[in-house]
Amino acid sequence: MRFQRRAAAIGLIAAGALLFSACGSDNNSGGGSTPQASGVTCGGKQALKASGSTAQANAITGFVNTFEQTCNGQTVNYTASGSGAGVNDFTGNQTDFAGSDSALTAAQTPAAQQRCTSTPLNLPMVFGPVAIAYNVAGVTDLALDGPTLAKIFNGTVKTWNDPAIVALNPGKNLPAAPIVVNFRSDNSGTTQNFQNYLNAASNNAYGKPAAQTFNGGVGAGAKGSQGVTDATKNTPNSIAYIEASFAQKAQLPTANIINAGGGQPVPLSTDNLGKAIDAVKVTGQGNDLTLDLTSIYKTTTPGAYPISLATYEIVCSKYADPQTGQAVKAFLQTALSPQAQGTLSQGGYVPVPDAFKQRLTTSVNSIS
Amino acid sequence: MSTALDAPDQPAVPEAFRSISTARKVKNHVATVLVSLAFLIAVVPLVWLIVSVLAKGLPAIVSIDWWTHSLSGVSPDEAKGGVYHAIIGTLIQAVIAGIFAVPIGIGAAVYLTEYGRGRLARTTSFMVDILSGVPSIVAALFIFALFISIGGLDQSGFLVGLALVLLMLPVVIRNTEEMLRLVPDELREASYALGIPKWKTILRIVLPTALSGTVTGIMLAFARVMGETAPVLVLVGYARAINFDPFNGNQASLPLLIYTELSTNPSAAGQLRIWGGALTLILIVMVFQLVASLISRFSTISK
Amino acid sequence: MSSVTDTQQQATPPRTGGARSGGTGERVFRGLTTGSGLVVVAAIALIGLFLVVQAIPSLIANHDNFLTSPEFNTTDANNLRFGIRDLLVVTVLSSLMALVIAMPVGLGIALFLTQYTPERLARPFSYVIGLLAAVPSIVYGLWGILVLAPAIEPGAGFLQTWLGWFFLFAPGNIAPVLTGTIFTAGIVLAIMILPIITATTREVFAQTPRFHIEAAQALGATRWEVIRMAVLPYGRSGFIAASMLGLGRALGETIAILLVIRASTSPSHGSLFDGGYTFASLIASAASEFSQPLPTGAYISAGLVLFVLTFVVNALARVVAGGKVNG
Repeated sequence: MRFQRRAAAIGLIAAGALLFSACGSDNNSGGGSTPQASGVTCGGKQALKASGSTAQANAITGFVNTFEQTCNGQTVNYTASGSGAGVNDFTGNQTDFAGSDSALTAAQTPAAQQRCTSTPLNLPMVFGPVAIAYNVAGVTDLALDGPTLAKIFNGTVKTWNDPAIVALNPGKNLPAAPIVVNFRSDNSGTTQNFQNYLNAASNNAYGKPAAQTFNGGVGAGAKGSQGVTDATKNTPNSIAYIEASFAQKAQLPTANIINAGGGQPVPLSTDNLGKAIDAVKVTGQGNDLTLDLTSIYKTTTPGAYPISLATYEIVCSKYADPQTGQAVKAFLQTALSPQAQGTLSQGGYVPVPDAFKQRLTTSVNSIS
Repeated sequence: MSTALDAPDQPAVPEAFRSISTARKVKNHVATVLVSLAFLIAVVPLVWLIVSVLAKGLPAIVSIDWWTHSLSGVSPDEAKGGVYHAIIGTLIQAVIAGIFAVPIGIGAAVYLTEYGRGRLARTTSFMVDILSGVPSIVAALFIFALFISIGGLDQSGFLVGLALVLLMLPVVIRNTEEMLRLVPDELREASYALGIPKWKTILRIVLPTALSGTVTGIMLAFARVMGETAPVLVLVGYARAINFDPFNGNQASLPLLIYTELSTNPSAAGQLRIWGGALTLILIVMVFQLVASLISRFSTISK
Repeated sequence: MSSVTDTQQQATPPRTGGARSGGTGERVFRGLTTGSGLVVVAAIALIGLFLVVQAIPSLIANHDNFLTSPEFNTTDANNLRFGIRDLLVVTVLSSLMALVIAMPVGLGIALFLTQYTPERLARPFSYVIGLLAAVPSIVYGLWGILVLAPAIEPGAGFLQTWLGWFFLFAPGNIAPVLTGTIFTAGIVLAIMILPIITATTREVFAQTPRFHIEAAQALGATRWEVIRMAVLPYGRSGFIAASMLGLGRALGETIAILLVIRASTSPSHGSLFDGGYTFASLIASAASEFSQPLPTGAYISAGLVLFVLTFVVNALARVVAGGKVNG
């Protein structure tokens, strides 16, 4: 009797498990929110493998969704394991391309060249504005410039009513409270880009090395963009650098930035960042589009927002396996399509401006 | 007890027992209050926590899609899809852990109760205690060092399962051991008297007698490992689609889903997934605990 | 069962015997179970061995003093600078604080459940406490930083204002931030280890020999006096061992701490209002960057220290318990 009951129970559990495992589905296309892209030559390897930067993870998700809609049966498995791991996986021939917050360094290029048996290409596919979010009671239109930001984030400027800040914000009611700096405690491309900006825009008044960890020497760190956002929201008189989407979703005010050309404070917007990207200098040769980001950080274009994160896809110009090359090309073509670019703003990125998109398209089409 | 004192034949000096000095009474009351307070102190955060999670996560888990769909093809800010892929991953990784931990755990418990004597048994028993204290991140690092750094394998759900084995083993061993010790010796002796060898006695008589208690322990062990986050952070990548294959590719699990959404997704849909995932995880763990306590209620050996 | 157990109750400690104990089946079965036991011993030995093997190259390449440096910088594989000073401070402070809170509360709950609650209610009440253990630690982390930390901030501010002269309550290295400190983490950890301490202590108290309690009652002792005279002396070592087990769990807690404690750019001064990393949270925070052997080895060496720490704590728990408690 007891054994029968036990057997029945086990049978029930097994049946339930079977039922459960049978009813799962990957098909979420009910809403039809991800349209097909046009102008893509599908084909090649079915499932591409890639890894790297966490900063572009959400952008890649949007690209992959469009890619799956466009090229039936093809997909990309992207693991957001960090830029360093991404480059290592790529040069170790474990992945088909890498996502990275910085272009290959001179030291990394030979290894990538060897893996590709062709020239590796650095393609800056994803741009995202970095917001300076703050939490100061009664202040919603703070203006800051590069040198002042550098001093805030290295601890030289300590209070909100410091003359340096007051000079940029005449007539605003800034408290005498100490400034609390919130920074990312985990390794992040955002931190690296932001510190690069601080050094460039302040003529090295920041004076700390730009690494993936924050070196300003002040403040309190929090885990991940969300952690920094929550910390800023919960801590009065605090300031932080975060990806724009996080600041917007949390409804934190973001500072208007006076760029290196002087002039009016520039609010953060897609258009204003686009102005800076349009004028960016490319240092890469031929189809390699390695950027000189200093030209964004030190932009003098009126109305251009200077603090940006640029992340690269690192690919081979010619893959040993043509199937892989074709799939990578199809994926990147999809990524540049208006449909995929349209998914970007939701994730807090900016669509690639048209002028620069031309150059990217040329490079992508050269992949084989 | 008091009945004994209230016996009709009154003792000569009953007063000493009957009236208790005020100081002693006060002390007794204070102790009662403090001890009850301690219980309340524990209940407060529990209720606070459950209410927070329910309030933020309940809207997510009431949809059918939540239980039957993955997040494949869902953009981060869309309130669509579900966590099916993560539930599957969590269960698969736990089952892999169980496949190794249950037989080894029961074997070790049998050794400790039925065979073990001398220095080896003492060492084993000691090491079980040590193993029960090994932090999950250390277990994960060990598997990482052994299989990824040295072995050159890729990250996978299987490796997570292996790390979970180390966390499950001590729970299975200790619970089984306790159950085996409750099996009366008379049972064993009766079996020996019939000429049945010891190993058959253990397999046919002792283990079945202790079965339900052992199953309880196993369920509790499952409950413990399914909420572990540290191993999945180190040993497997996150995937948004369903992956039934623990040996290849990324595999989601509920803790990993929560962590990933937490670090990459600021949207309202992301927040919903974080708390919905937390609630789902608590529910699954509670189901396992409930099943465990039900089994132990029907236990063939009463404590 | 009872039908079989009608024979005399005699204590036969070693389960020896069995007819024909030399058969093949016997030998195989015995070998299998012994092997299972050996797996456990081997697992511990291998954990130690492999962590050491992986840590050594990084320790040799370290440009800083491993024991005394507060820095943990692995960004440049050719210039590793890492030490465990601050990790140790944060880990030990947060765990001890958790213990200071959880020990009296856990003791109180165990007494409440064994001595004050009627049998009928004891089971559901124990289940409630057990639920605390069912909550995954990532949920504790979320709740700790988003809900608990802001709620206890005024209390932390009060302590710092009035007891700031004492090093434990001095302004920390992430001042003026008072949320997400070791203090916050200590409270979260206390809640997390409460079910561990309670469950084990309760079990030991429940084993208090009936005649000890009855003897005390016969002397006219109040309920509290019974506890003091009979229950506590019997269960003391079990309680301490249970607390050590809780301490072991607190030392190794990972994800909750990672979410709760804020990072700092300056070294710790041993204040409860400091930020920083514990061994476990540091390793977890860097987990996605484990790609190059030398920097990874640095984190493995931190894991090794954590392993040794928990080893010692659990070994002590076993010694103290003297066989009354099973993990």
